[in-house]
Amino acid sequence: MDSVYLKRDKAGRINIKAGNRVNSVINWTVLSLTLLTVTAFLFFDYTGLEIGRAIMETAVNLRTMFLQPSLNHFSWGEALFQVGVTISLAVIATILGAVIAFFLALWSAVNLANKWVSKSIKIFVAFIRAVPTVLWVLIFAIAAGLGSEAAILGMLFHSIAYLVKAFSEAFEEVDKGMLEALRSTGSGWWHTIVHAVLPSTSTYLLSWTFLRFEINFSVAVAMGAAAGAGGIGFELFMASGFYFDLREVGFITYAILLVAIVLEVASTHLKKRYFSS
Amino acid sequence: MNEKAFKRRKLHSILFFLLIIGVAFISAYMTDFNLVEGMATIPTALIWMAENLIITTDTLAKLPKILEKLNETIFMSIAATTIAAAISLFLGIAGSTTTAVNGFFSTLARLIASFARNIPVVAWALILLLSFGQNSITGFLALFVGTVGFLTRAFIESIDEAGSSAYEALTATGATYFQVVGKAIIPQCLPQMISWILFMIETNIRSATLVGILTGTGIGYAFDLYYKMLDYQAVALITLLIVAAVIIIELASNHIRRVIL
Repeated sequence: MDSVYLKRDKAGRINIKAGNRVNSVINWTVLSLTLLTVTAFLFFDYTGLEIGRAIMETAVNLRTMFLQPSLNHFSWGEALFQVGVTISLAVIATILGAVIAFFLALWSAVNLANKWVSKSIKIFVAFIRAVPTVLWVLIFAIAAGLGSEAAILGMLFHSIAYLVKAFSEAFEEVDKGMLEALRSTGSGWWHTIVHAVLPSTSTYLLSWTFLRFEINFSVAVAMGAAAGAGGIGFELFMASGFYFDLREVGFITYAILLVAIVLEVASTHLKKRYFSS
Repeated sequence: MNEKAFKRRKLHSILFFLLIIGVAFISAYMTDFNLVEGMATIPTALIWMAENLIITTDTLAKLPKILEKLNETIFMSIAATTIAAAISLFLGIAGSTTTAVNGFFSTLARLIASFARNIPVVAWALILLLSFGQNSITGFLALFVGTVGFLTRAFIESIDEAGSSAYEALTATGATYFQVVGKAIIPQCLPQMISWILFMIETNIRSATLVGILTGTGIGYAFDLYYKMLDYQAVALITLLIVAAVIIIELASNHIRRVIL
């Protein structure tokens, strides 16, 4: 019998994990993340931090926020309106983004478009995605002025970039045979899109769009706070940064939490229905 | 499919599109958004970007300072993600139906995760800023809380998806709970979990910029500072550096993912 070389440890036991690349990569990743985390704490800027006092204060603040929420600077009606504004920002950015992303994704799916066009759109979109949304909003704000327009355009840019990636991946999974069958009948490019690609991917497209809507809602809150886009995010920023009114911060947080949980439940439902294979 | 069903489907899609258009109009009215005007600003904005966001040699003098801030942000997001992953591992094991100790802990874990995830990072940043002050720890904690929420959900899903066969097999041999978790559940789900952790590091670098603007830390603070000083060359340099950092991390994690998944 041929002798098989077995790696053994000191005690003579066979090492079953020897030479497994997956394991070594996992170990390296975990090790380097741990090391980076330790170094991070050595280099942090701790200016003006008194950890004990800060934790105590935060605990008191959190208790005030969550146990005694109330409205002081605006009414219930206004609060509802501001939540509506934030949702509306997300709605517009998502709908416009989905429409534009649909067309761009058609040109960036390798089975539907020219290879070079597809590649250049994908690189362009990766660049847009790498810039944080808030930077897009602030950059647009210089040209359009601070407000809803800049916020929507900034969010739109990021939504397009995100959805193009998701949509084009969905398009690339369309059955090859179906496309070929339609092409062999002499139908044009738009025909194949409308009668083969769209029907077989529409549920995916809608689910991805809704997932993006969920993300866009929290982005819209953030844009209100960081880029003056209005809505409930701006009220949150005012309540905590200008009035130091923790009860109002608590109320606003509850309002945001409620909307976010409703959206999350809806999207989990969608995911279960359409993404479970 | 008969003609009637086709007609009904067509009617449904038309109603759906009308509904979407209606919602869009209401939203546009609520936010004072004018589609034509909005779209018209895009070319203006792009031209402005091309004219003003140019990196000159003067700006490069600020590079060391900016790089230092970028470093802070990257370290902040890696540290927040790694520590959050450790906590989420426990919450995930407690929350998953396969490995749940009992119903109470399972519900508690899911509740904590949902709470942490659905309150936006902005809210956490603003709340923590009040008592922690302007330093790295505030940003770190804000990212940390959101990440715990997200990763716990992801880990629960990975453990649930892995199925209970390995769990049952080990339990049948008489292994204790911790042996089962350590030898069956974690090794089985680790690649998936690492993939989520890497994804979260990328996301956190982007969120860290936002948190930085609000809490005055890291690259977000540098951006805000130069933005308000109208120093657009520096703004361009910072944006470019963030893009480079995000893309490098994305490429590295894609590489790792390809090996382990």
